[in-house]
Amino acid sequence: MMQEEANEATSVLSVYGHTIKVTEVLQDGDTLTFIIVSQKLSGTGEYHVDRTYEDFEWLQQHLYAQEDVPGLQGVIFPPLPVRPQVNASAKVMKQLGFLGLGEWQPYCKALETFLRQVAAHSILRKNKTVEVFLTSTDPPGRQKLRRNIFNRLSQAVEGLWKEGHKDVDEFFHTERDHNLVLTGHTRTAAEKFLDVVLTEQKIAVACGHFAAALHICVENGEDPEKKAFSRVCVKLSEVFDSIKKNMTSIAVNDMNTLGLALDLDSRYLEAEKEMLFRRTCKLVELENARKNAERAKPVKKNAMEEVKKAAEGEFEQICKVAKQEIVQLNQERVEMLQKNLIQWCEQQLQTAKEGADAYNQHLQAFIAMA
Amino acid sequence: MATGSERSPPPFPDSEDQDALDSEEVRARDSDEDDGEELFLSATNTPMAKKENTSAPASHSVDLMSDPLIEPLSSQTENKSPSELFEDLTNDINITAEGASTAENPFGEASDDFVDILGSKAPAQREEVDVTVEATADKGEVSGGATELFGDGKTRSAVQEPTSTAPVMDLSDNLSASALQLPPGSAKIPDPLVDLLGDSPAASDALKPSRAVTDLFDDEGSDIFTGPLPSKSAKQPQRSLFGEANEDLFGEPLGAVSKKATSKEQKEKPVTAGAAAVGGLPSGGNPAEPGDIFSEEAVSALPNTRNTRAVNSRTNGVHSEEDSDIFGEATVELSLDSPRNERRKEAMTKPASASTSVSASLAKPQSAALEELEEEEELEDKVDIFVSVKDPEKIGDGMNAYMAYKVSTQTTLPMFRNKTFTVRRRFSDFLGLYEKLSEKHGPNGLIVPPPPEKSLLGMTKMKVGKEDSSSADFLERRRGALERYLQRVVNHPMLIQDPDVREFLEKEELPRAVSTQALSGAGFLKMLNKATDAVSKMTIKMNESDVWFEEKLQEVESADQQFRKLHALVESLVIHRKELSLSTASFAKSAAMLGSAEDNTALSRALSQLAEVEDKIEQLHQDQAANDTFSFAELIADFIRLLGAVRGTFDQRMKAWQRWQDAQTILQKKREMEAKLLWANKPDKLQLAKDEITEWEAKVTQYERDFERVSATVRKEVVRFEKEKTKNFKRQIIGYLESLLQSQQQLIKYWEAFLPEAKAIA
Repeated sequence: MMQEEANEATSVLSVYGHTIKVTEVLQDGDTLTFIIVSQKLSGTGEYHVDRTYEDFEWLQQHLYAQEDVPGLQGVIFPPLPVRPQVNASAKVMKQLGFLGLGEWQPYCKALETFLRQVAAHSILRKNKTVEVFLTSTDPPGRQKLRRNIFNRLSQAVEGLWKEGHKDVDEFFHTERDHNLVLTGHTRTAAEKFLDVVLTEQKIAVACGHFAAALHICVENGEDPEKKAFSRVCVKLSEVFDSIKKNMTSIAVNDMNTLGLALDLDSRYLEAEKEMLFRRTCKLVELENARKNAERAKPVKKNAMEEVKKAAEGEFEQICKVAKQEIVQLNQERVEMLQKNLIQWCEQQLQTAKEGADAYNQHLQAFIAMA
Repeated sequence: MATGSERSPPPFPDSEDQDALDSEEVRARDSDEDDGEELFLSATNTPMAKKENTSAPASHSVDLMSDPLIEPLSSQTENKSPSELFEDLTNDINITAEGASTAENPFGEASDDFVDILGSKAPAQREEVDVTVEATADKGEVSGGATELFGDGKTRSAVQEPTSTAPVMDLSDNLSASALQLPPGSAKIPDPLVDLLGDSPAASDALKPSRAVTDLFDDEGSDIFTGPLPSKSAKQPQRSLFGEANEDLFGEPLGAVSKKATSKEQKEKPVTAGAAAVGGLPSGGNPAEPGDIFSEEAVSALPNTRNTRAVNSRTNGVHSEEDSDIFGEATVELSLDSPRNERRKEAMTKPASASTSVSASLAKPQSAALEELEEEEELEDKVDIFVSVKDPEKIGDGMNAYMAYKVSTQTTLPMFRNKTFTVRRRFSDFLGLYEKLSEKHGPNGLIVPPPPEKSLLGMTKMKVGKEDSSSADFLERRRGALERYLQRVVNHPMLIQDPDVREFLEKEELPRAVSTQALSGAGFLKMLNKATDAVSKMTIKMNESDVWFEEKLQEVESADQQFRKLHALVESLVIHRKELSLSTASFAKSAAMLGSAEDNTALSRALSQLAEVEDKIEQLHQDQAANDTFSFAELIADFIRLLGAVRGTFDQRMKAWQRWQDAQTILQKKREMEAKLLWANKPDKLQLAKDEITEWEAKVTQYERDFERVSATVRKEVVRFEKEKTKNFKRQIIGYLESLLQSQQQLIKYWEAFLPEAKAIA
């Protein structure tokens, strides 16, 4: 279905991965459409495509379902955010976390990150569907998706007994335990931080209400006492507008830096967990194959050995890829968190300084009045 | 009082003592009336009986009859003619205004003057005047006398003595002469008097009418009239005249005077007395003056005049024995002022102008109120006193436990013995102080700052001994509210003068305050709501004449709504702040957990640092919540309470107004009754009706004056309240901004310290 493009650009994208941007979100009824812009490698032109969440899912499924990639199951797939919903219920909002805030800007940001991660991934970027997704003017994913082997539900059920499986490799065993702990803590931290941001938003709104209500107290009239009090009210209203502004930008800072970072970190850790789980599944499969090969009757012995060998080869591939992926992830995680922590701190510092300036001005104004 | 000292004959202690309570006066009146009736019975048969209603006339007759002083001949003759006249006169007497109006009919000139005067007065008075005019018109000749009669003594004398006044001199002869002659003269006299009274505020007007009168009577008289009236600057003599005369003659005026005198301070007393006297003048003033006139006349005039005087004095006596004294006093004063008849005439004119006197009285109270205000302004200097409430301490156990606070005062005010002193007060003491203050000063229109209301929940927690953050918060809120409450009380120029305030601040042991239960929590709110309901109901009935109050009430109502809204908003802001501090704390905790779980040591360290920063920020949020609470929530709560108190003063003003209106309605009814009696020709009941009218006239004057005074006070208090409001907000906002700035600077420090940690991750 994508022959034309596939022929031209076989394994390499025709765009710069780091220029991918989700610039806009259009809402039509319950459907959200995202505008994706990327710069062409060939020249100065840009690709502009519109994609729905279904298109993203389509892309992800194709990435999952690649057949000719060795060790694919060792890949930590960049996590796609959960499906966005207009007028989402409280439960969905909780799932969305930071991505549900604002007017979908954080969500766009998350999609953008997802695409960039895909485009930057040494294995995944080679998939033709990525190119199609980024450049085709036709929406690719609108047809019905078939159920995937990586269905989350089945994972959850099987995971119950496979998760505790003793690993043959110390590295993976440690990583699995560590991932388990870290996933929990990161998710909690993200949730708590979301609470903080939500409360900050509430305070900003409350300050706005108070500032607006103060304007009701303003009375017109010649009475000097009335005028004086009205002036106080107006000035106080300005003060609370400043507080509101301050609090709003604090919330925005939180959201755009540390908030998104924690959210992404949390989702990546989940993705790592899934990968580790897939690997464990493979390990179990391999162990079964070994057992079968040992116990197999001579007639079947060869066939079983074949299966075992295939599984061993596959597992080795997976382990190789997985090790790289994990090292890569840990490095990227730290970098990402560092970048965001610094940004966050700098922005908060800036906001605090601006706030202090504004408050100081108000203070001087009031001292002058009194 | 100069009058008091001047009173040489103190036969009637009640009337003389201005300080005497209302009740005493009332008793005195009652007794007087009784006496009058008895006298009537014993004395003349027919006239007395008829005059039963009017105790004053009865007394006159009685006095005349009984008094040896009175020359029998003159008195008899007078009595006879008066008896008839009396009926008419009695009516007229009570209603001076009526008399004036009646006077108009008989005399064109005088009438014009009157009309003017009347016109200036309330329309109601005009109506009355008309009524009286009709009555007088019927009587025709007599009517003229009737007009003169305004003062009881005069009216009666009118027949007898229109003579009593300057005319009395001339009239003395006239007494025997036909009523017609006298009445004209008398009528004229009253008119000028009216003018004079009305003019008393404005001397110029007085001059004109007085001159007319003088033309009729004597030029001298006119001069006199003009002279003394305009000269009101000599308030004391006038007051004394009025006051004494009024008191003696009429129990009511006296009562009013005494009330005012007692209620007000010494300085105020003269003024009030004057006002009261003015009020009394319509009825009382006349008799007193006549009395003086009489006495003087008696000296120089014919025996007839003396009789008339005696009659007058007796009539006064009927009203109240003191009258005679009054007369004496009045005479003394008159003599002091000027022994001439002219003054007496003036006096006469004053009574005649009774109606005018009403207007004059109105003017006077206002001026008096203004004077008071000015005095207050002077008092309102920078109050050099600072009160702090500290160290809440739980005393006792279980349900008998209570909170005691340290109340420390720093002041340089001379009224306190020391510069600094500290007492221990429990919460109910604060409430007790408020109750005392609001009882004393509330009706006068002062805004008494309300204390924080009792909190059942807070108290119970405290008693149970449960100590958590909310009970600490509660204690701090209450302590602050009590401190601000006391500070407001001592900053009030009037309240700081109150002995109870001083006692509260200074005295080691305070008698246990009782019945503060009513002020607890919901009860307190209910009370406030009830008060406001009453106000709103009354406003419907009250046809507000003063636009200022109408607007202010609306302003206060809407300010109350606004403040309630603001308070709710600030409270929700505070709730969010507390929530933020909680969520920040839990984020700090999970950041610490994440840091400990992190493999990368640099990241782990940075996350631990982050947790510490968040911990500090949590403290900042907590402080900010407290700052919001104490800077705004509590301030606004204070002002919601204060607005309740402001509405309370409007309520008090409304009550004063209501009382005034009720009194006017009653007066109106009495006058209608009198008119009916007049038509029905029932002289016996007429006098009583007239007395009642006089009584109610005085009350109306008194109540109106009260209303004016309360209005002026409320107005001033509201202005002060608004000034304080702006000042308070400014001060509070500055404090708020300072702490806001401080916490922002703290925040900057935290972030600056964290930034290198974040950069060091790599």
